[in-house]
Amino acid sequence: MTIFFVSAISIATVLLYGCIGEIITEKAGHLNLGIPGIMCMGTAGGCLGVSLYMGTLSSPENASWILLILISLLFSMAFAAALGSIYALLTVTLRCNQNITGLAITVFGGGATNFIMSFVDRTYFDPAGKLISSSLPFADNLDGFGKVVFGHGIYVYLAIAVAVVCSIVLNRTRVGLHLRAVGESPATADAAGINVVLYKYVAIISGSAIAGIGGFYYIMDYIKGSWENAATIEAFGWLAIALVIFVLWKPNVAIFGAFLFGACFIVAFVIPDITSTQREIIKMLPYVVTIVVLVLTSIRKKREHQPPASLGLPYFREDR
Amino acid sequence: MEKQQTKQEQIKKEPWLRIVKRDALPAWKIILIYAIAIVASLLLSAIICSLFSSKNPLAFFTSLFTGAFGSPRRIWLLLQDTALLLGVAVALVPAFKMKFWNLGGNGQILVGCLAAISCMFYLGGKIPDALLILIMTVASIIAGAVWGVLPAIFKAYFGTNESLFTLMLNYIATGLVAMFITIWVKSGSGVLEPLSSGNFPALFGNKYILTVLVFLILAILMYIYLKYTKHGYEIAVVGDSPNTAKYIGIDVKRVIIRTMIISGALSGVVGLFLAGGIHHTISTASANNMGFTAIMAAWLASFNPLVMIGTCFFIIFIAKGMVEVRGNFGFTNDSIANIVIGLVYFCVIACSFFITYRVVFRKSGAKRKKTDEAKGVD
Repeated sequence: MTIFFVSAISIATVLLYGCIGEIITEKAGHLNLGIPGIMCMGTAGGCLGVSLYMGTLSSPENASWILLILISLLFSMAFAAALGSIYALLTVTLRCNQNITGLAITVFGGGATNFIMSFVDRTYFDPAGKLISSSLPFADNLDGFGKVVFGHGIYVYLAIAVAVVCSIVLNRTRVGLHLRAVGESPATADAAGINVVLYKYVAIISGSAIAGIGGFYYIMDYIKGSWENAATIEAFGWLAIALVIFVLWKPNVAIFGAFLFGACFIVAFVIPDITSTQREIIKMLPYVVTIVVLVLTSIRKKREHQPPASLGLPYFREDR
Repeated sequence: MEKQQTKQEQIKKEPWLRIVKRDALPAWKIILIYAIAIVASLLLSAIICSLFSSKNPLAFFTSLFTGAFGSPRRIWLLLQDTALLLGVAVALVPAFKMKFWNLGGNGQILVGCLAAISCMFYLGGKIPDALLILIMTVASIIAGAVWGVLPAIFKAYFGTNESLFTLMLNYIATGLVAMFITIWVKSGSGVLEPLSSGNFPALFGNKYILTVLVFLILAILMYIYLKYTKHGYEIAVVGDSPNTAKYIGIDVKRVIIRTMIISGALSGVVGLFLAGGIHHTISTASANNMGFTAIMAAWLASFNPLVMIGTCFFIIFIAKGMVEVRGNFGFTNDSIANIVIGLVYFCVIACSFFITYRVVFRKSGAKRKKTDEAKGVD
């Protein structure tokens, strides 16, 4: 049971990063279907950072925990943000179709990640992964509930912190109010003197940077530094986009939503004595649940549960 | 004094460049802009590829062509894959004309394929092949149509976001395929061996021709359907302005549902050809992401089914050519193909900006004076 919760929380963290990134982007009125590619790119960046750092050391035991965390965080955010800024350039400045651009970003991101990873030296990924996912010192002796709460790497707590901060910023600050205004009605926001283009750029790029951490976390923490290809992370990216709808664009709800999705995802692997057919059925659950939520919210039409009004529409000041 | 100066400066401060919407461009200019974008993206790709290997950039282009046209078999494969992609694009285009973001092409293809394969699996050998193929056709069309119409119903009645709905249906379709494979393959290998019954006949002794012909004809029919029929007109009106459609008495809900039945059914046909004509088996990757690629192809052709023949051909050409480039340039994995395709997409998407908008630079002081004088402004 403990293993189930711990793994569910791990998957939830991957989804949570992607989801928060997408929420911020969507609040600015941009449906970024490039999130799967951007999460891949974050993975590539983080892994590159880790291998560069580990390469400078004489032996992997000398690695410093804090440096490793900081370097990997910086690299994965930078790479993801770089790809995100291409999306921002195309959709904000050049006003290209968001769905098309997003799909192109995903194609490119997946390819670029596989490409970069074929160059990255993965010799020390195993010790690096263990170091990154090492839990708080006092949590080693805990078991049961204590392990579920404290037995994770720093990235899990960072995700929750990001979600909480994001929720507060969006709902309690002037910046958040402006951002939501930009996503609801950019023309009104523009008339009110808000710099629409700047808000969109910052939201998209910072959202991408946050999403990028998710992919990297999956490689280093959840599967402890092994690497197959970008397809798994892309699948998480799509799931994260689904999660955004599931949690109704609310970062604080996303923490629980992500856990639920993570549990759905992992439950198929931990239940003993089920046939592989039943396992496949359970694996479909998160998607079915998302569709149900999508349909229910659209039927109820509650105002606070709707997507940002101008989601997916380009903004051109001279249009009427 | 100082105040006055800043005020003057503020008046002067017209932005350095601004963006203005263009009137419609003549077709040759649009083609020229796209051509420049494509050539630029390929040059960029050639440079990137040669940077990561020691080959010269020219080899990139020769490899691209030999990869696509190097042998009769390659040419036929190129045509077959173009036809399949065209089939998906044709299926998606009525939905997109209606501004219905059908991102579920993959899922609709997969369920169509799954329906055909299950007919082959359960009925194969028990009934004559001709009857079996007929049943397969009906089954995959129905399966695709169901997968297409589900989001349409909810969109029509409740305004449910269709792009996310169809996206989720992709994963459910993938899950269904994975589930059926676990039922059918007892060994646990997860790979279904090609089935021998219910395979399409080879037309004129060539197994590729049938696929190519069918989807070419479908593309032409779709062009006629969208351009010359009442249905096509209704789709265009609903897409441009649902309120206008309502006002002139078009039943918007019916149009949405009907169009998505057609869209889904045609995707199902592609699945049918994957099952009966080409692979004779199924895997979760059978749709080969064509649902997304076809969106790109359809969008590049500005949703004109005849132009889509060209855009599909181009996309498949790049994909096939990149296989050869990858071999010749010594790249260890096929990711380079996705990078190049992504770059081509970026450039083409970006150039769409220059078709709808133009950039106006701030005129220099002297020039402005001249135009002002000409306009009679003092």
